[in-house]
Parts: sequence; structure tokens; C-alpha cells
Amino acid sequence: MTADTSAGTSAATAAWATHKRSHVGDRVLSALTVAATLIILAMLVVILGDVIIGGARVISWEFVSAAPTKGMTAGGIFPAIFGTVALTLLMTIAAVPAGVATAIYLAEYAPASSRLARAIRVCIANLAGVPSIVFGLFGLGFFISTVGKGIDDVAYGGQATYGKPSLIWAALTLAILTLPVVVVATEEAIRAVPRDVRDASLALGATKLQTVFRVVLPEALGGILTGSILAVSRGAGEVAPILFTGAAYFLPYLPTNLNDPFMSLGYHVYVLATQSPDVDRTKPLLYGTVLVLLSLTFLLNFVAVAIRARTRRRLRASL
Amino acid sequence: MSQSFHRLLPEEAHSALVRIAALKSDGPTPVKMQAKGLTVSYSAKEAVKDVTIDVHENEVLALIGPSGCGKSTFLRVLNRMNDTIDGVTVKGSVTLDGQDIYAPNVDAVLVRRRVGMVFQRSNPFPKSIFENVAYGLRIAGIREGGLIAQRVERALRQAALWDEVKDRLTESGLSLSGGQQQRLCIARALAVEPEVLLMDEPASALDPIATAKVEDLVAELRSDLTIVIVTHNMQQAARVSQKTGFFYMGKLVEVGDTTTLFTRPKERATEDYITGRFG
Ligand SMILES: Nc1ncnc2c1ncn2[C@@H]1O[C@H](COP(=O)(O)OP(=O)(O)OP(=O)(O)O)[C@@H](O)[C@H]1O
Ligand SMILES: [Mg+2]
Repeated sequence: MTADTSAGTSAATAAWATHKRSHVGDRVLSALTVAATLIILAMLVVILGDVIIGGARVISWEFVSAAPTKGMTAGGIFPAIFGTVALTLLMTIAAVPAGVATAIYLAEYAPASSRLARAIRVCIANLAGVPSIVFGLFGLGFFISTVGKGIDDVAYGGQATYGKPSLIWAALTLAILTLPVVVVATEEAIRAVPRDVRDASLALGATKLQTVFRVVLPEALGGILTGSILAVSRGAGEVAPILFTGAAYFLPYLPTNLNDPFMSLGYHVYVLATQSPDVDRTKPLLYGTVLVLLSLTFLLNFVAVAIRARTRRRLRASL
Repeated sequence: MSQSFHRLLPEEAHSALVRIAALKSDGPTPVKMQAKGLTVSYSAKEAVKDVTIDVHENEVLALIGPSGCGKSTFLRVLNRMNDTIDGVTVKGSVTLDGQDIYAPNVDAVLVRRRVGMVFQRSNPFPKSIFENVAYGLRIAGIREGGLIAQRVERALRQAALWDEVKDRLTESGLSLSGGQQQRLCIARALAVEPEVLLMDEPASALDPIATAKVEDLVAELRSDLTIVIVTHNMQQAARVSQKTGFFYMGKLVEVGDTTTLFTRPKERATEDYITGRFG
């Protein structure tokens, strides 16, 4: 520290001193990082602990297999679990193929100077920054009032069949929300496939298409799956986008058609927390619902992490 | 049928005879590939300048020269692998059996089926040993399992790898040693039965024993196909090739019989390079 000021210091010791100071910087930084990590971990432990302790008491076979009863102050949450799973599956079917196809175009086919590719990237970046409630409004305005109403006018003589909140519109709205993450993760995974193996394939007389489908995608599969699952699991817990597009307060029946409304875990949490006439009696149910929602999300994340670990291991074995 | 047979036979038979005679007498074989006034540039920078060279059938042509002189660039022009790099322009012509491979109606994919390539860094697919070699056959649309198995075995034998891998064909190609991986890549290229094989420093990452194996391989393969090999090792060029070309700063300084080029080079630059005075 004093090296800069003391007069007789040779250039060599000055260099040593800066070196040492950077060590001090390293230590301060790593202490700060550790502290930040601990704070986050502590918060996570508190939240999770509270949810698990509060939720474990109400979780039972009946809770996950029965419908709510007595004005939602008793009974189970099966319709909400069913709705969330159906919603997530539909959203995945819509978002992942479209996202992967977009990423393949961006990573493999778009020329470096392509205007279209640049436009797509700008859209994706902006899409990722839009608040989720805006997606909900978009879903209402576009899918329900425009597309759904159009279908009704053409096919159902103006009778509200698709022009109302329903499973399909909520799933598509969520799909748009998830799409950017799927595209970005997939493009990264595709670009991580080394040029060497592409060249090897092309040099054997493979077409670009053959190379993409037989060499690039199989190698990128782990990364694509991991990214997609993480994106989907984030979308699965969202409430705002489905608020106006299909989620129902309470339904005596399960959705059986794409144009049925549905109950969902996230929305059910919101309903129990804010709309209940008897907070003391719904509070345990609230804990249980949150625990189920978190478990489903964690399950998805766990699958994603397991796939990533497996891919990593295979890659490491290849070195 | 019989008509085309008659039309084909004399010519085919004749050229086969010429080939055999040429091999026997070590005289000149027909020209397999020819580059004429070839200039290749990356964006604005010229990497290969006005190169004219013949590659004769059933001969090994070695390309030597200091790093960055354009050897790999030239090699990649011969099977249109430069098409996969953005901003590359090719001027001049390259012919394969007299046909310009850069003509607008020529499909680069078909060129690459006839002109195979082995890269400097071995690059097996993360597939089984068998599937690595079968890949080129499958993408060419061959479906019969028997035929594929037969061609895979033959290619692995040609690449002197069969005995080492015949009991572990279903293991990953990446589980092999570096030298074995490179021979796997050679087998993979041979399986599709190319007419010309381009090899870009195929032994540069190998130990002396593996290198010797690859060199023996090149010498043997010559009876079946035409080989262009880039090497930094001048002994290697002298050992495996009949013709040698010396590249310097993108230009082909000199090309000729390997023995002549190494004993009585015409150009001063060639002499300096092979005697180790620069580069
Ligand atoms: N993809 C590329 N983009 C731009 N310039 C390139 C590219 N590849 C090669 N070059 C340039 O072209 C020139 C010739 O490169 P090339 O790889 O053909 O040399 P080389 O003779 O094979 O060298 P080495 O012996 O080191 O492999 C070099 O100056 C190099 O910088
Ligand atoms: Mg090179």
C-alpha cells in the first residue's frame, strides 16, 4: 500500500505491491460474494422452511385428489393441479417446437448480415423484457377478442365458443411468454456444438439439413432440453398471463375441451390469499397449495439439472 | 443396355489399362484434379494467389510451406469446403475429371462425396465406432444393413484399425486414443469410397508410431485413390509422396517430383525452406 508513496522504491517492488493489492481486492470481493450468497440462501431456507412446515400438515391423499368444498375452505385442490398440468403441457407443445425451430434458423441458416435474423433477435430481446401482465392483456385482446371471436363468427354463428377465456388461449399466451427463453437457450446449445463435427459431416457429403438433424441437434439435445424445461417451469407458475385468458376462480368440473376454462395452482393461491371470506380456515390450504406448486416446479427443475449433469458427464468423457 | 455397354466398354477398359500401365511403369497418370489461375480470398485478403497445379490419379501430392501460406485454404478449395466459411471468394477454376467443380450447376454436396477430407484435429462424431464409419453411407441413402456392415469393416481394415476395434464397435468413437481417432476419421472418409482424399496435416497431433501407421496407410491407399496431403514434416512429404508442391505467402513457388524437389529445387525460396534456413 505504501509502495507508491515511498521515494526509493524500485520498479520491481512497485509491481509487487500492485500485485499484492489486487490480492486484497480479491479477498474483499470474495468475502462480499460469500456474504451475498449466504443472505440469499438464508432467505430461501426461511421461505422454504415456512412453506414446508405449514404445507406438510395439510398435504394428504384427499388434498391432492379432491375438489375444493365449502366455499373453498375445505377439501382439496385436484382441479387446480389438473389445470396446471394441462396448461403446462399445452404451453410446451406450442412453445418448444416453435422456439427450437426459430433457434435453428438463427444459429444455422440466417446469414450473418440477415435483416430478418436481426429483427427476430430484437423482438426476442424485447419480448423477454415485457411484464407478464402485459402478456395477459395481449392474450385477451389478440387471442380471445380477435382470433377466438373470429372463429366464432365464422364457424359458430357468432355464439361465444372460442371467443372467451379458455385453456387454449391461456396456454398460447404463456407460450409467447416462454418462447424467448426457449429460443435463447436453444441457440446457445446449438452454437456450442463444435465446428469440427459439422465440417466432418459436410466433408462426407452430407447436406446442411442432414448435418443439422443428424449431428448438430443430437449433440445439442441436452442443452435444448435443459433450457426448455427451465423456461417451461418458470412459465408454469405464472399467474398474470392467465388471469384474463382462461383461469377460473372455481369450477365444479375439470376442463375437457380446449375451449374450457380451468383452475390453476398459481391462481388458486391468489384466490385463497385475497378472496377468501374466512382467512383463518383457508390459511392451511394456502400453505398446502403453495407447497404443491413449488414441488411441481422443483420437479421440473430437477429433471433439467439431471439432464444437464448427464450431458456434461458425456462431454467430459469425450475429452 | 447392350448398346451403352458397347459404348462404355472400350473407353473404360482403355483408361483402366492406361492406369495400370502407368502405375507399373511409374510414368505419368491422367490428371485427376486441376487448379488453374486459382485465387482465394477471405473478405479482402488474398490467401491463395494465382495457383495452377495438376493432381495426377493414383499419386500422392504433398503440400509444404510455412505456417499461414495458404495450404489449408487451397486444400479446402478442392472439395468446396470453403463454401461453408462466410466471405470467401474463389476465382479461377478447379476441375475434377475435367469438369469444373465451381460451375453454377454443380452441387457442392456431390463434389464432397467424390473428394473426401481428413482434418488436422481428429473429429469423430459422439457416436459409436460403427456409426462413425457408417455415417457417410447412411446419409448417402444406403439402407441395407449387410452392405453397410461390409463397407464399414472394409474401411476400418483399410485404415489399419479393424483389429484394434472389431470387438468394441458399439463403444463411442471418443473412447479411442488420439491416433486411433485419427484413423477412425480416415476410415470414415474411406467408407464412402471417394476418388480423391484430402488430408490436412493428418499426423500432426500423433506420436511417432501412430504417425508411421498413417504414413503406411497413405502409401497403400494410393493404389485405390488420389491423395493430396498437407504436412509440416518434410521427411514425411519425402516418404509418402510422388509430387511435392511448395507454397509461400499464398503462391505456389514450385511443384515437381518429390525426389527432384528435395534434391535439386529450382527456386531459391524452396531451397531455403527445405534446408531449414527459414520458416
Ligand atoms: N476463416 C478465415 N478467415 C479469415 N482469414 C483466414 C481464415 N482462414 C485462414 N485465413 C488466413 O488465410 C491465410 C492462409 O491460411 P491457411 O490456414 O490456409 O494457412 P496454412 O498454410 O494452412 O497454415 P498452417 O500451416 O498454419 O495450417 C492466413 O493468413 C490466415 O490468416
Ligand atoms: Mg493449415
